[in-house]
Amino acid sequence: MQLKNIHKRFGQVHANNNISVTFHPGRVIGILGENGAGKSTLMKIIAGYQPADSGEIWLDGRPVNYHDPRDAISHGIGMLQQDPLDIGAFSVLENFVYGQSGGILLNRKTSRQQLIALCQQFNFELDPDTPVSQLSIAQRQQLEIIRLLGLGVKVLILDEPTTGISAAQKEQLFNTLKRLAKEQNMTILLVSHKLEDVLALCDEVIVLRAGQLVGDMQMPTTKAALVELMFGAQIQPVKRESRLQPNTPIVLDMQQVHLHDGRLDIPQINFSLRAGEVIGLAGLDGSGQALFMRACAGLIKPHAGRVFVKGQDLTGQSYHQFNRSGVIFAASGRLEEGLIADMTLTEHIALMYEQNTWINWRRAHQFTQRQIERFNVRGKPDDPIQALSGGNQQRVLMGLLPENATALILEQPTRGLDVDSARWIWDQLLTKNSAIIYSSADLDEIMTYSDRIIVFYAGRMKVIDDPHQVTVSDLGHYIGGDFS
Amino acid sequence: MSDALVNSLNSIVAATTPLVIASIGETITERAGVINLSLNGSILLAAMAGFAAAQTSNSVIIGIGVAAMIGAAVALIIAFAAIELRRDQVAIGFVLTILTADLATFLGKPYVNIPGPRIPNMPIPLLSDIPVVGRIFFDHDLMVYFSFALVLMSWYWMFHTRYGLALRAVGENPQAAFARGTKVNYQRYIYTIIGGALVGVAGAAYSLSVKAGWFANAPMDGDGWIALAIVIFGGWHPFRVILGAYLFAALRRIVADLQSTVDFPLVLLNTLPWILMILTLMMVSSGTLERLTRLLPARLQRQFRNVLRSDPPAAIGTRFDKN
Repeated sequence: MQLKNIHKRFGQVHANNNISVTFHPGRVIGILGENGAGKSTLMKIIAGYQPADSGEIWLDGRPVNYHDPRDAISHGIGMLQQDPLDIGAFSVLENFVYGQSGGILLNRKTSRQQLIALCQQFNFELDPDTPVSQLSIAQRQQLEIIRLLGLGVKVLILDEPTTGISAAQKEQLFNTLKRLAKEQNMTILLVSHKLEDVLALCDEVIVLRAGQLVGDMQMPTTKAALVELMFGAQIQPVKRESRLQPNTPIVLDMQQVHLHDGRLDIPQINFSLRAGEVIGLAGLDGSGQALFMRACAGLIKPHAGRVFVKGQDLTGQSYHQFNRSGVIFAASGRLEEGLIADMTLTEHIALMYEQNTWINWRRAHQFTQRQIERFNVRGKPDDPIQALSGGNQQRVLMGLLPENATALILEQPTRGLDVDSARWIWDQLLTKNSAIIYSSADLDEIMTYSDRIIVFYAGRMKVIDDPHQVTVSDLGHYIGGDFS
Repeated sequence: MSDALVNSLNSIVAATTPLVIASIGETITERAGVINLSLNGSILLAAMAGFAAAQTSNSVIIGIGVAAMIGAAVALIIAFAAIELRRDQVAIGFVLTILTADLATFLGKPYVNIPGPRIPNMPIPLLSDIPVVGRIFFDHDLMVYFSFALVLMSWYWMFHTRYGLALRAVGENPQAAFARGTKVNYQRYIYTIIGGALVGVAGAAYSLSVKAGWFANAPMDGDGWIALAIVIFGGWHPFRVILGAYLFAALRRIVADLQSTVDFPLVLLNTLPWILMILTLMMVSSGTLERLTRLLPARLQRQFRNVLRSDPPAAIGTRFDKN
């Protein structure tokens, strides 16, 4: 399979920029890159979920043209999505059968035999009559793999298949993939941002960064080489001088906190935040930062342990209580968790600051006007939030933060902003004198603004007390799970 | 069994037939992920138009055909508004149910209380001779037999054909359905129209089978809402839907009979069927039944779960756009 000059744009973002690459059969190829590097977009184009803006896909020396996933499968290309695209209400057998061609009537007997035979071949334990909604993610992946094999797929794409499955399940999956490549001469494309996965499984790696293909490496290689390709050769950023005074009081304290959600477990957190301190959280998406920040703000109740805000035990209290103690949270999902799409800027201000039953619209309007000027928002007080660009929405969100908060918990506060705007937002944030916990995908930003850094990897945390002692490339290693 | 009881069961089956047909139609529509909330009005308009057409042409076939087309047309409006114009299905359905009910009253004035044709009774030879059962189920007109066949056919279609898989998938996870080559919005059009046509036939069943004619205070007014409730009670499964419809009708009959004998506030008595329905639903959706299901042999478990399901199709009322 060959890709020739693939381009894809989403508005301003050039998600895939002139990508040309050849994939050979019988090999497992890793597609590596940070979040937003364009991996998923490229895979969706190959699997027919999205059309490319321009460029060609060649199979066996001929250009092919397909418009939907079904078409792609008939050309032998199948994709296993991160959340398997199956039908929860169907049984395993029904899911297996649905999508196959055949007569009007279902031949359950033949299909059942085919399913069982494929399961045996790969040592999968799937009961044909169990509803898919009762399967684990690993089992649903197995079902999808078997289903795609049943359809005669020769190129199998897997998007982050190791998220949410156990180590044993991962080993089984990898063995299966190796067998498929070696015994059936299939091409396996593994999309991942987990370096060990790629090192353990792949014969070859291609690396994407900001939509461009930046490297192509044959195995074996080292983690360090891959990290360098992923993050690029970076200049050490200029570290901001810490404004932290010694012996400032602790404003937020976590003792023996245990956090848990469906996919992640953070067993024991002992952490304290001092007044005015800025802590940067680094790590790949879903490594535990989101969970940690929500626990700091009281949005998630810890399984065990205690959370203190300014010496007061707030364990298990509502976000409202945390709010009153001065802990403010702003989520990265601007329109999902932060702002209300249909409401105007003034209405947002009123919602935040007007405490009486009757709203003083004049006051709210004037205050909105002031915040717009201060935060340099391109928009008018009566514009609905959704009419603003993403960057301006982010400024509004930052403009809504109160002046006198004890601690600001900010998830990716500069997401979608250009360098100047980001710097400007930081200037504003730092004048507030609140303690700040923030996450970012930009390591330069983490290095520049943090008094301390916490790196997350699969629910484990590494605290870096003095950012002066580490380099961006050290951080890259930690993010990849290499904590030593 | 006493003759009186058998006769009364026979009349319950006859009177419930429109409810069965309408509920199955709505089940098919909702399985595809579309909700047609216009049932009550659609039934009224189709009943009126069906009777008017039959009366004018002196042919019940033409009457049924016209009623089916009315139901299909209303459903088409909903599908078009929801899919093409991206309007809210619930809002459109609601407006249409009021509009069509008023249209029925307005346009039906010339046909109030005039005699017209009726679908003739047609006992099935042999089957109707079976004691008790024969009289209850096989001594009716063709409309009633059609409702039996409809339940069987829709069940077989949904669970035993490749098209049925696509139908259910479109209502559960349209993205997954699309990925497997199903034309999601096309399927939704088809099944919304089929479901709507059946709702229309249900209207004709009221005015040409149950009680021939069109009346100022249409006796079937309100049954459309009951049909919507029965779809939920029936867990979107044809067998449970027909069971729910009969159960509801039987309870309604018992309540009506009680009114004459027991001194109890009528309004409270009328709520009885609903309370029983809610209790049954709570029982069905509790974990106990799932534990019982696991005791069954594996082959039966799937059938049993399908019948017991209490979750609506996951994608009901949602839009589907590629990407």
